[in-house]
Amino acid sequence: MTDIVIISLISIGTLFILLAAVGILRMPDLFLRISVTTKAATLGVGMILTGMALHFGETSITTRAVAIILFLLLTAPIGAHLIGRASYFVGVPLWKKSLMDDLKGKYNTKTHELSGEDREGLDNDQENTENASSKSSEH
Amino acid sequence: MTIDGFLVYIILPILSIAILLVFIRFLMGPALSDRVVALDLLITIGIATIAVYAMISDQSAFLDIAMIFALIAFLGTVAFSYYLEKRKKND
Repeated sequence: MTDIVIISLISIGTLFILLAAVGILRMPDLFLRISVTTKAATLGVGMILTGMALHFGETSITTRAVAIILFLLLTAPIGAHLIGRASYFVGVPLWKKSLMDDLKGKYNTKTHELSGEDREGLDNDQENTENASSKSSEH
Repeated sequence: MTIDGFLVYIILPILSIAILLVFIRFLMGPALSDRVVALDLLITIGIATIAVYAMISDQSAFLDIAMIFALIAFLGTVAFSYYLEKRKKND
């Protein structure tokens, strides 16, 4: 009975990893590639490690497997966000069939700060007062 | 079919095919960011391979190496993205 659970866990995990590999090869765009890779590969590795913990059935190995899974779940989104942010600054092109780029023109290219819509075209003094008043009223 | 045979004859070949596909992207990748993403995925698949191999050979000591791999993958991604951003800024 346990064997069936282990085999099915590992098979589905391996399928997800294979899907991630096909995705990173076939996707047309860096950002789509990041989005495929992070989710599918993390799920696949998590399932394989769970199957391994069931197969051994010892406390020390289960602890290590849980530690690896937790670490992967914590770091995969952070790494994907960092590399996506950096490549948006560098100017990696989007897919030519993408419909919209919500961030276009909203990043200050010198300081890499995100500026909102309502801050464009205002000078500094007006901007501060405008922000202070709009913060209290908007939300 | 025993679990060992299943792992050796089905799971490990599929993982090898996955590593090959990612390696093609690693060699091809038009931008440096593509290579960084591919390297991250390569190390993640390496963790899965290490886990499968630990089951085949009944040696749980391999798991420590898998943990170190997870650490190194995260460090590499963070360092590369920092480098990409700074390189653009100084030009």
